[in-house]
Amino acid sequence: MAPESSEGTYPDDLRYHEEHDWARVDGDQATLGITWYAQDSLGEVVFFDPPEVGATIQKDSSYAEVESVKAVSDVIAPLSGEIVEVNDALQDAPEKVNEDPYGEGWLVKVRLTAPEEAETLLGVQEYRKMLDR
Amino acid sequence: MRTPLYEQHLALGAKVVDFAGWEMPVTYEGIREEHSAVRRHAGMFDVSHMGQVEVEGPGALAFLQRVLSNDVAKVHVGGAQYSVLCNEDGGVIDDLFAYRLGGDRYLVVTNAANHETDLAWLGRQSREFDALVRDVADRYAMLAVQGPHARDVVARALGVELPPRFHVAHVQIGRRPALACGTGYTGEDGVELLLDPEVAVPIWAELLDAGVVPCGLGARDTLRLEVCYPLHGNELTPERNPIEAGLGWCCKEETGFIGSEAVARARAEGTAEKLVAFEIEGQGIPREGNPVMRGGGDEQIGAVTSGTFSPSLEVGAGMAYVRSELAEVGTSIEIDVRGKRRPARIASKPLYAKRS
Repeated sequence: MAPESSEGTYPDDLRYHEEHDWARVDGDQATLGITWYAQDSLGEVVFFDPPEVGATIQKDSSYAEVESVKAVSDVIAPLSGEIVEVNDALQDAPEKVNEDPYGEGWLVKVRLTAPEEAETLLGVQEYRKMLDR
Repeated sequence: MRTPLYEQHLALGAKVVDFAGWEMPVTYEGIREEHSAVRRHAGMFDVSHMGQVEVEGPGALAFLQRVLSNDVAKVHVGGAQYSVLCNEDGGVIDDLFAYRLGGDRYLVVTNAANHETDLAWLGRQSREFDALVRDVADRYAMLAVQGPHARDVVARALGVELPPRFHVAHVQIGRRPALACGTGYTGEDGVELLLDPEVAVPIWAELLDAGVVPCGLGARDTLRLEVCYPLHGNELTPERNPIEAGLGWCCKEETGFIGSEAVARARAEGTAEKLVAFEIEGQGIPREGNPVMRGGGDEQIGAVTSGTFSPSLEVGAGMAYVRSELAEVGTSIEIDVRGKRRPARIASKPLYAKRS
């Protein structure tokens, strides 16, 4: 899949998880989403099944589902925390996950319960290297 | 295995997946786009992975009448007919179209995953008949061109006269003999072309130039599901008879085909389960294997055989086997989608009907 990854975009201010999720950490909060690679592999997203606000999520565990026409995919939490907001705009326009995975296609915002976990995530160079393997 | 068009798929940026041992395109630009191209204009599918079996000889008709569920004697030269291939218990080995190419010559098109099984079964059953069963899958590349404009575009771009629906014609395509069949698997008008593999690449290119949209197996599945065409391996299996699958219309038990006693019994006595179509009411996308529950209850009454997001209806939809007494159109059910109950309603088939 190396040619695929070179087409994708991966902002360098994000932290990445091996399961193709990203986190934009801002103090004790973070915005989470799926990477360009993840949305491209999945195809056109037609449904986002979000967790509830107030739910706790656990690093490396599934916290939501995104579905394309053909497949359903678990979304893995890159960090642990409590959901403070979900992207409601995706209910009517789930395709934003494909069109703008790091912007309007964000999935949830969390209050981090273990902010130090961010240290264990990949930087953009490491994530790209993983995709090229 | 690869079809003669494999390189073309890669050049168009297709996502390629394994399907019954074949490296096939699942989508090029996106399933929804390809789906709607077929509903509104014309799309083409490389279906060269499908198998072809020729049956020839003075006993060809008698033999096919014995193995195919439909009344093969009704098919004139140049005709096409849908059938199921049953085992002795009435279970469905495969579903297929048979085309009558000449007086004593028929072509049967098999599903890729069942080709070898069908071939072995047909070979074994043909022994007592004066008919030769030949694997001719290597002789053909197969293109399905489907959609309201498919016939016009194919006729113009390739300069061929196409047979009417459910007919087959010997034609020349790319200056080689070919077969044009008025059949398909999308619920739209269109043709299936059986080509000399040597000309598959230039013909694909000509159709692309003519504006036909390349479509992958993803759209093929959503299109067939919306019109409730069964897929072998999902709705049809050797453990299910054609009656419970709603295919009683293509079974003529009086012809005495293998499995006809079991099919007649199922028709007379009814079956414990029936294949139904359903639509989700609200959110959620059903998938194969999801349990079907009685509306508002904890009792499982069936299971989903195929489920998807329907691009035309823009809702989750699918087919399922449910207990016959609860299989009535309009019945409220729930689909257990990975632990979440999604309200749904049994709908009439097809789920999608062309607005005229």
